[in-house]
Amino acid sequence: MILRDMFDKLKPNFSKGGRFEKLESTFEAFESFAFTPNTVTGGKVGNAYRGSHIRDAVDLKRTIITVVIALMPALLFGMWNIGHQTALSYGLDWGFWHQFWFGFLRMLPIIVVSYVVGLAIEFLFAEIRHEEVSEGFIGTGLIISMIVPVTVPLWQLALAVAFAVVIGKEVFGGSGYNFLNPALVARAFLFFNYPSHMSGDSVWIAAPFHFAGDAVTGATPLGQLMAGQPLQASALDMFIGTIPGSTCETSVVAILLGALLLLATGIASWRIMLSVVLGGGLMGLLFNAIGANEYMQVPFYYHYLMGGFAFGCVFMATDPVTAAQTNTGKWIYGFLIGAFAVMLRVLNPAYPEGMMLAILLMNCFAPLIDHCVVAANIKKRQRRWQAKLNVEERRTA
Amino acid sequence: MNSNRKKLITNPLGKNNPITVQVLGICSCLAVTAQLKPAVVMALSVTVVVALSNLIISLMRKSIPPRIRIIVQLVVVSALVILVNQVLMAFVYDVSKQLSVYVGLIITNCIVMGRLEAFAMTNKPWDSFLDGIGNGLGYGLILVILGFVRELFGRGTLWGYPVFEKLGLYNIGYENNGFIIMAPMALILVGIIIWIQRSHNKELQEKP
Repeated sequence: MILRDMFDKLKPNFSKGGRFEKLESTFEAFESFAFTPNTVTGGKVGNAYRGSHIRDAVDLKRTIITVVIALMPALLFGMWNIGHQTALSYGLDWGFWHQFWFGFLRMLPIIVVSYVVGLAIEFLFAEIRHEEVSEGFIGTGLIISMIVPVTVPLWQLALAVAFAVVIGKEVFGGSGYNFLNPALVARAFLFFNYPSHMSGDSVWIAAPFHFAGDAVTGATPLGQLMAGQPLQASALDMFIGTIPGSTCETSVVAILLGALLLLATGIASWRIMLSVVLGGGLMGLLFNAIGANEYMQVPFYYHYLMGGFAFGCVFMATDPVTAAQTNTGKWIYGFLIGAFAVMLRVLNPAYPEGMMLAILLMNCFAPLIDHCVVAANIKKRQRRWQAKLNVEERRTA
Repeated sequence: MNSNRKKLITNPLGKNNPITVQVLGICSCLAVTAQLKPAVVMALSVTVVVALSNLIISLMRKSIPPRIRIIVQLVVVSALVILVNQVLMAFVYDVSKQLSVYVGLIITNCIVMGRLEAFAMTNKPWDSFLDGIGNGLGYGLILVILGFVRELFGRGTLWGYPVFEKLGLYNIGYENNGFIIMAPMALILVGIIIWIQRSHNKELQEKP
């Protein structure tokens, strides 16, 4: 317990009146990162308990760490796939570990930039506001690096992360108060600012190091469909994830592993996941039934396998802060995300992928959905009460 | 000029700014600020219209029957806007084309009617004129800030001069921000200006 002793020894310096009083938030962040804090919700005052009824040591940090663990399969697979795609398109004879190592080296700067910029801003705001550093960014930062193309210029990524943390989150009061998913805000910022780096055929495959020739292009399945080309990847390829795409969102298998963990621990809502799948599937079936062009005739389950549908469904639509809170609301919210995502893919000629915009749109509407659900429930109960009153009146009369 | 009159000019520039505090005239402020030049022209046009219509209405304020005052105000404002539009078309045709309908829409700018109703109807002509100048400049200040930021980062130019190209930024991999040209980003920028202003000025912060 050397670490514990170290923290205890340093603590007075950072407490009120100590030498580094200004850095209290920073200290607190590292201390509770290393150890579960020994404070629990509420406490006994006199004879009565105050605060919530359920006491649990699982704080936000443990929750976020579970999400990060759930992201690991997709992250590791994504690293390998980066190397795999490069080896495939440049005709290189790389072994498994060489491919993985290459992908790791390409992912590392993206993850580092995302974390350093985001956490620096988080710490800065926490110090200014004298709050504890919120750990939401540990998950967000990793997710941001997993949903960008591997060739994203790092300064653009840094700018997008800064924008997402400040405008997407801190303006509204920090983690838990934001109404948009910060990771998607970062991606949307990149997407609208620098479209040439976020879509098209030339951004998905990293060139090998020290490569001087013309870059090889590779289209994603969504890009091929939008351009009216035949799909190159089979359904199995897309399910396993050996296709070009954003860094870590291609493999449905790896994402499903993460989903299992999130569902088993109860961190993500199964209602949202299921309803997103239902919404996307029904919209896909509807387009199948219309069948006006080739894109509409794509089998509906292909939509689950292509682009960011699976990743968005498991890791972003379920973000507890920005999703709807009521159970009925979650069904509506998820269903519309799935439906809008497929609709944007098939009908909108400007954007190949609709998942990002669908989730952001429904983020905006989640509070309204909740409001309507609660209002409807109040009305229902009022009517039941009224009916009961009426019966009693008749009985007395 | 005594201090009360000076305040008529300085207040709208700061703690009573028509855009950031009263949140008026947002529509045109998002629409015309993608570049600096139209923003400046728009700012000047609105200043002229607000100042002169304030002056004219203040001169007539005692003879306007209260029941038809809005109609009288509108006639005055429309006449001035048409005048401004003609002047713009005569001397800066390109900018007037860029501004398109937004010059005509000065008539509906809430700042103009707001100042007429709130100030010119009850104050003397010279004070009203100064109030118009102050509010026009307060509106213009925000427009110029927005136009400056949006043109510089959205197109890399200032008043059409390629600043970033001359600095050689494109050679080291810099690219223009496409998003900042779009209206949503202008609204976010207005929000940031409001944020900065309120964090400096405690009076403006609402009580939670």
